[in-house]
Amino acid sequence: MIIPLMRRMGQTIFVLFGISALVFAVFFATPGADPTARIAGRNAAPQTMEKVRKEYGFDRPLPVQYAIMMKKLFITRDLASYANRGERVVPEIMRAAPVTLSLVTGAAVIWVVLSIGMGVLAAAFKGSWLDRLLMMLGLVGISIPVFWLGQVVNLITQNSYHDTWLFSWVPGLGYVPFTQSPFDWFRSLVIPWCVLAVMFVGIYSRILRADLVAIMGEDFMRTARAKGLSPTRVLLRHGLRTALITFVSLFGMDFAQLVGGGALLTEVVFGLPGVGRLTYQALNSLDLPLIMATVMYSAVFVVLANALVDAAYLLLDPRVRDAR
Amino acid sequence: MPVNAPLLEVQNLCVSFATRGQMIPIVENISFSIGEQEILGLVGESGSGKSVTAMALMGLIDAPGVRITGMALFKGQDLLAMSGKQLRTLRGQEIAMIFQDPMTAFTPVYTIGWQIDEQLRVHQKLSRRQARARTVELLGEMGVPDPLNTANRYPHQLSGGLRQRAMIAMALSCNPSLLIADEPTTALDVTVQAQILDLMRNLRKTYGSSVLLITHDMGVVAETCDKTLVLYSGRVAETGTTQALFAHPQHPYTAALLASIPPMSGPRPERLPAIPGSPPQPLERPAGCAFAPRCTYSHATCLPAPPPAFHAINSHHKVACLLPMEGTPLPPRFSANTTATV
Repeated sequence: MIIPLMRRMGQTIFVLFGISALVFAVFFATPGADPTARIAGRNAAPQTMEKVRKEYGFDRPLPVQYAIMMKKLFITRDLASYANRGERVVPEIMRAAPVTLSLVTGAAVIWVVLSIGMGVLAAAFKGSWLDRLLMMLGLVGISIPVFWLGQVVNLITQNSYHDTWLFSWVPGLGYVPFTQSPFDWFRSLVIPWCVLAVMFVGIYSRILRADLVAIMGEDFMRTARAKGLSPTRVLLRHGLRTALITFVSLFGMDFAQLVGGGALLTEVVFGLPGVGRLTYQALNSLDLPLIMATVMYSAVFVVLANALVDAAYLLLDPRVRDAR
Repeated sequence: MPVNAPLLEVQNLCVSFATRGQMIPIVENISFSIGEQEILGLVGESGSGKSVTAMALMGLIDAPGVRITGMALFKGQDLLAMSGKQLRTLRGQEIAMIFQDPMTAFTPVYTIGWQIDEQLRVHQKLSRRQARARTVELLGEMGVPDPLNTANRYPHQLSGGLRQRAMIAMALSCNPSLLIADEPTTALDVTVQAQILDLMRNLRKTYGSSVLLITHDMGVVAETCDKTLVLYSGRVAETGTTQALFAHPQHPYTAALLASIPPMSGPRPERLPAIPGSPPQPLERPAGCAFAPRCTYSHATCLPAPPPAFHAINSHHKVACLLPMEGTPLPPRFSANTTATV
């Protein structure tokens, strides 16, 4: 069990190196485009250009440029944005990360709980009206674009019905740190959580139902029933436990890409200053250092989460433990 | 319950499935009985309804639109009329089942021991520790080497033979009076097969269990079973003691099946006789004798409905064929003492 984990860590480091090199190459080593001008921003003064060229080593060979960039990102953390008047990029991301993490974690709790409930119920009552209703709801959830849903919810809770008893508790858009007031933190996030979770509830409940239905045809489920176990126990201890293997691996990937900035639309709609919104702003102002940093950040997250998923896989599926 | 009533008595069991508004009869009017500590072989080719019969007895068919009629008296209670809950307390406790493919019959994510413990703890008030002690003991009795460690292994870590032994250990964990074995040896190689059959034969002595052995292998039947029931296309073709049935098959189907086994002695045949054609689809079953289209002895009286009634050769041996009734029974096949070596 330890050896596969170690091997996985080694692979992770290798993949991280590959991604950083690739991202660097895309932004700074594209032939025919001078990265200096792009970092310095539009219509920069020649002095600024010269300063940037020195600072990033654009007059030196590529490997040195790569090393400087990595040093600025991970060691000295003084990568600065010129479009934004010298704002340091790494601390900016560090400030944004907890917001995104709060948003995504809350949404993940909602979507995991709801989708397991819906998927198991639908599978248990396969073919009934309940099954059809739940799966139709799931499909509706998948089909609603998150930015549209967010805007509509905002319209209802912030505007049209804000003065009614139902939504008068809803705070204005924005984020309150947990350390400042846990209650306000919760109030400011509960609606974004639900909105972000809707699509995933749909996807996950449908996947789980399909998995469970397939598993119900397996021989071991027949054995479990022949043992005299109750239908609930057969479905949960034998069926759901086996179906969770797929579920967890999907979850890890989705969670990682959301934390890495995939919740961009939700963050923008609800005015949450998270990593997604930061990326959005960086793209708007073509702030190259910030884009570089957010891409690296999200890549690191996805790769690390992938490694975690693999570790969870080892725990969940004994067959994988012995492989190789 | 009278003293010498059979443990399980099945009468006129019919199972049909609804497909596109049509009822497709899979099993028609099967009747048989199993006495205490008796081994009954249920023989037939794929699709003849062997497994469906077993699943119907266990209440494990939950396809929508299935219709099961008839009676199955187990210790005086009708299995087919029981509520799901009643049946559940019997399953695993009084009637246990082992399956064809031990590769897929265990839940892959739990250890063998955990799964046997689970069955013990569902039916008996045992602590975790007591259940595990019993599990290890059972595995040992089934000839599993190093049962203590094997109990902590996952299904995929065991060989097919070991897995089937663990499966049998699980089935026997609550001392069931009836064990239904659905092709327990089909997925195993021949030496392991012999060991498993040995194990099953000894069950009645050590555990006092009766066995319903489902197989398509006449050799397995000859080696193991006291009585044999031959199924063809969802109907009983012939039933009798294994010895009588092998020595004097009365149904042309049984005779043809036995003739297709390579003989152990005498001159080597150039070609083994085969039964031409294939069994009919359940919907295209002939109105009369289902075997008539493939039977060398079929004649005009075989064809009209209803299918031939049972003709009793003696009190144990019955055959659903017109030949003995018309006074032209099949000749005896070979002497009784060669049957043991089939």
